[in-house]
Amino acid sequence: MAHFPKPAAGSWTENWPELGTAPVNYEDSIDPEHYKLEQQAIFKKTWLNIGRVERLPKKGSYFTREMPSVGPGTSVIIVKDKQENVRAFYNMCRHRGNKLVWNDYPGEEVSGTCRQFTCKYHAWRYSLEGDLTFVQQEGEFFDLDKANYGLVPVRCEVWEGFIFINFDNDAAPLRDYLGDFAKGLEGYPFHEMTEHYSYRSEINANWKLFIDAFVEFYHAPILHMKQAEKEEAEKLAKFGFEALAYDIKGDHSMVSSWGGMSPPKDLSMVKPIERILHSGLFGPWDRPDIKGILPDELPPAINPSRQKTWGTDSFEFFPNFTLLFWAPGWYLTYHYWPTAVDKHIFEADLYFVPPTNTRQRLSQELAAVTFKEYAFQDANTLEATQTQIGTRVVTDFPLCDQEILLRHLHKTAWDYVNAYTGNGTGSGNGKAHETTSQKDHANV
Amino acid sequence: MSRLPEEFADLERFTEWCLPTEEERYSKRLASTMAEMQELYDAGMGRREDVMVYLDARFPLHEMPDHAKALMHLMQSVVMVSFPIEVWKQPRVLDSGASYIELVKEPVV
Repeated sequence: MAHFPKPAAGSWTENWPELGTAPVNYEDSIDPEHYKLEQQAIFKKTWLNIGRVERLPKKGSYFTREMPSVGPGTSVIIVKDKQENVRAFYNMCRHRGNKLVWNDYPGEEVSGTCRQFTCKYHAWRYSLEGDLTFVQQEGEFFDLDKANYGLVPVRCEVWEGFIFINFDNDAAPLRDYLGDFAKGLEGYPFHEMTEHYSYRSEINANWKLFIDAFVEFYHAPILHMKQAEKEEAEKLAKFGFEALAYDIKGDHSMVSSWGGMSPPKDLSMVKPIERILHSGLFGPWDRPDIKGILPDELPPAINPSRQKTWGTDSFEFFPNFTLLFWAPGWYLTYHYWPTAVDKHIFEADLYFVPPTNTRQRLSQELAAVTFKEYAFQDANTLEATQTQIGTRVVTDFPLCDQEILLRHLHKTAWDYVNAYTGNGTGSGNGKAHETTSQKDHANV
Repeated sequence: MSRLPEEFADLERFTEWCLPTEEERYSKRLASTMAEMQELYDAGMGRREDVMVYLDARFPLHEMPDHAKALMHLMQSVVMVSFPIEVWKQPRVLDSGASYIELVKEPVV
């Protein structure tokens, strides 16, 4: 029996009939050729979040990002220019193609502050706006007009302090792309949450498998069972998981979930360290003293069903940006950067309101440590999945109603690939063989 | 020479756990026995409330003298070992095999 109401269609999944209900084919997560198509069709064409504006505190602040998901070697400089606009450029000198900004190891990301960019090779200089301003021994060149040799720009736009880039010059503006979910999140006090923990891991699994793991909480009472106190764990496993709500708007999706652990109704539900520090997976129980995080102050996209038991909402902005809000007033982001069909770099970033005393600091410490313990369990499960689906012993897998967003993710990724290869609007979900053959016909 | 405030002389035997970064604390956890961590956990949990009251009454979070910082780092290690003690009954996360997750940026006290 459902504990929370489902749509009139009878289920969340059937509320979006284009998703189908048949088992889903996972060839899209094991075929190296398909991965190459995803790179072209998705990562070179959609808006990609590469961090927050707090990384660029003043004029001339910059950082570089390596973007292997877009193509081998692709590197970008993000900089705050003299007018305090955030700009992005390919990290390449226009003279003979040397990487422009790097230290010691060309493949490593760097950050800092500067007045201009100077190439290590022949000292060509570029302004923060990307204009070529100085050429060593300029008179030796032939008809060189500096105006034609500025840094090559990359589309760069900012939403609510999140910096996005796009390698497609014809892409729609960022806000149009992010759509109604983003609009409904505007006003959340992201700028107040600057206490930042950043995690990174190389995962031996397709990028979509980790998103699969994070857009369903059906696994939570089972995989993470040992992390709850015994009685509570048994109760959770018996109850199973049901979301408060799911929603899909175009390429993007969200899941809204209950969660009564902050603070728990009964202290015996939680571990001794949580009782003492007033914190746990859902974060510090005591809300920070800022505006905009109380239930009735939250922007409309968060806790859309306005449930009192609300605990967390996770927004999945296609292709690889997760924005997750916790009821006690903090948020985290995930990014999944593929480097091969069965490998990706996973980044997780936790953002809290800066603590003002030891008690608050330790309570955030427990939330951060707890996060990593859970992430470890999630990450290792993925490798176990990747190796098995890679055998193709079984190719199609049944997904339940609480796994609706997995269907949506794989379908959306397929839609981009099909649009790129000119194969119309066929979807991957429930029509696996049909779409696989569409791709084969494209001779890719 | 003592590293901790004299009020916490009883915790002085754990000062090898006074580690400022998560990377150091995590490595120490993986390199320790359950018995060692149990001892730290028991002592640290017993004094935790005293530590918070003591530190918050005296020092702003970002202006702590060295002995107060060392005490804070020790408490962060108690948080770190709480998982092996309360949850896993082993130093590593259960079934975490080959995976690793690195904390690449953190607010260090």
